[in-house]
Amino acid sequence: MLDISKKPILEVEALTVNYGSRAVLRGIDISVEKGEILAVVGPNGAGKTTLIRAISGIIPPNAGEIRVAGEDLTQLSPAQRARHIAVVPQARNLPGGYTVQQTVLMGRNPYLGWLGRIQPADRALVQQALTHTHTLDLSDRRVGELSGGEQQRVLLARALAQATPILLLDEPTAHLDLQHQSVLLNLVSASTRELGLAVLLAAHDLNMVALYADRVALLVDGCIRALGAPEEVLTRANIEAAYHISVRIIRHPDYGTPLILPDGHQPAHTSINPPDKALPEKRHESRSFTQPPTKS
Amino acid sequence: MRFTRQPYYLNIILLCLAFILSVAVGSVFIPPVTFLRMLAAQLPGLALQPDWPETFSAIVFKIRLPHTVLITLTGAALAGSGAAYQGLFRNPLADPYLIGVASGAGLGAVLSMAIHWPETILGFYLIPLAAFIGALLTVLVVYNLARVGQSLPTATLILAGVAVSSFATSLTSFLMLNSRDEVHRALAWLLGGGTMSGWQPVVASLPYIVAGLMVLVIFAHTLNLLQFGEEQAQQLGLHVERTKAVLIVATSLTTAAAVSFSGLIGFVGLVVPHLVRIIWGPDYKHLVPLSILGGSSLLLLADLLARALLAPQSLPVGIVTALAGAPFFLWILMRAKSQVSWYSLD
Repeated sequence: MLDISKKPILEVEALTVNYGSRAVLRGIDISVEKGEILAVVGPNGAGKTTLIRAISGIIPPNAGEIRVAGEDLTQLSPAQRARHIAVVPQARNLPGGYTVQQTVLMGRNPYLGWLGRIQPADRALVQQALTHTHTLDLSDRRVGELSGGEQQRVLLARALAQATPILLLDEPTAHLDLQHQSVLLNLVSASTRELGLAVLLAAHDLNMVALYADRVALLVDGCIRALGAPEEVLTRANIEAAYHISVRIIRHPDYGTPLILPDGHQPAHTSINPPDKALPEKRHESRSFTQPPTKS
Repeated sequence: MRFTRQPYYLNIILLCLAFILSVAVGSVFIPPVTFLRMLAAQLPGLALQPDWPETFSAIVFKIRLPHTVLITLTGAALAGSGAAYQGLFRNPLADPYLIGVASGAGLGAVLSMAIHWPETILGFYLIPLAAFIGALLTVLVVYNLARVGQSLPTATLILAGVAVSSFATSLTSFLMLNSRDEVHRALAWLLGGGTMSGWQPVVASLPYIVAGLMVLVIFAHTLNLLQFGEEQAQQLGLHVERTKAVLIVATSLTTAAAVSFSGLIGFVGLVVPHLVRIIWGPDYKHLVPLSILGGSSLLLLADLLARALLAPQSLPVGIVTALAGAPFFLWILMRAKSQVSWYSLD
């Protein structure tokens, strides 16, 4: 059965999250439809990870609502929630001793009974997820022996094995090389279309986002500053205001999507860095393609 | 190594051998065949003519068998809770002894004895509960002292364990020195000699240990999820806080019951889960039950050694496990330092 109605599956309304007295998210309104990738971009500390943690039930919201297909998510148990929402975290500090198969099987946990007994149907779904993410031939390898890109695909497989309508990805490509970034995002994109998932992707790389996302939300200081198609959101004015660097925007020669080129200068109206510094530094160690290449 | 593919058969056979050997060896050797015939004679409907000396019956049923059963239960309890602590704390060096839980349980047990609580049979059966309260308090204090954000680094875990353990041990010593007539007995007990003899300690600890270990086996699969961190475990559908509470209560109860009547026996909870992990992998669904079986076998063998080394005198078994276990602990530390693995020693 194909659901052709364009009703959003994930709805976030007026979501506010505080850490202590500091508001990290302030009145976030977003919704994601079936078969759609919504990318959330923004500077470090803007609240991207907090948004994902709030939606996945790790942090209780201070105000606002999170609904999945009309159901209030904050009222659900962790197991019920995990049947609606799967999260792909960054592949860091994974327990390396488990095999790929064992790791992906853990995605079936929300469906297992008290004793954690695995049914043949669970194994079949794991097999599908492994096939889908091209990790089937790795299934007996230990996760600790794999490359970062392979580990990230294993985590995607685990989330797909969870068989949820909604997928949240927290900067899944932040530590990957260009090839693995493309491979992973192609897999995410294909899964979104083929399985009709609703995907929320927190990401740093604006050019990748422009290529893969259907819509983009620009998050700055816990507020959504712009929301819409990539070419509407990823404009020079928006990016310069959000990141305090000066950029140029050109069109992708094949797809016409925006390409963001940092020109290594700060816009005149901001001054967070001393003026004699030619290359602006980001606040944290995280590296992305929006940063100008360092001179070698 | 083909035999390692049948871990349960292998471990059960090993346990049976160690058990029979433990009954057989002592000042009077009891041939295993005779022991098995004696057991069979206990079964109703089997009219076996006793062809063994009268003294054998007394030695086996009054001394060796209860001692062997107590050691079996203690080994299972320590290794099972060791495996669970390692999973719960995501730290390969967690062990009921090293993190101070055993000392806390010991303090609870000695305290209950010092105030002359166990005057009655019921009081005796409740000693494990006093030890349980001591164990639970210790684990909560150590956990909160050692925690750095969401992780539990080895350094702070061991330091907190040592500090809390010393505190509990010195309080225990103080209590023991105050009750003069009991000093010698309590000291031997504290060193882990399994000095309590007869069936009473077996009966008093068995329900707690069996119940605690059953919970650990049932919840073993949740330990796999916890290896990914609490956040991911919850996103995978685990009720993290509830699961942790159940696991901590079950491990503390199991440890406490073992410590109550066998004293402080270190390193079993560290060594056994490690060997199992190296041979059969990190899946807690198998790691926990296999550690339970292996813990029994290992402690039975250590106890045999303790009885044989200076025969006819018998050493406290805790000395033997520490002699063998401490170098093993150092070896794990070196291995973990030189390896990029799931261990996080930083």
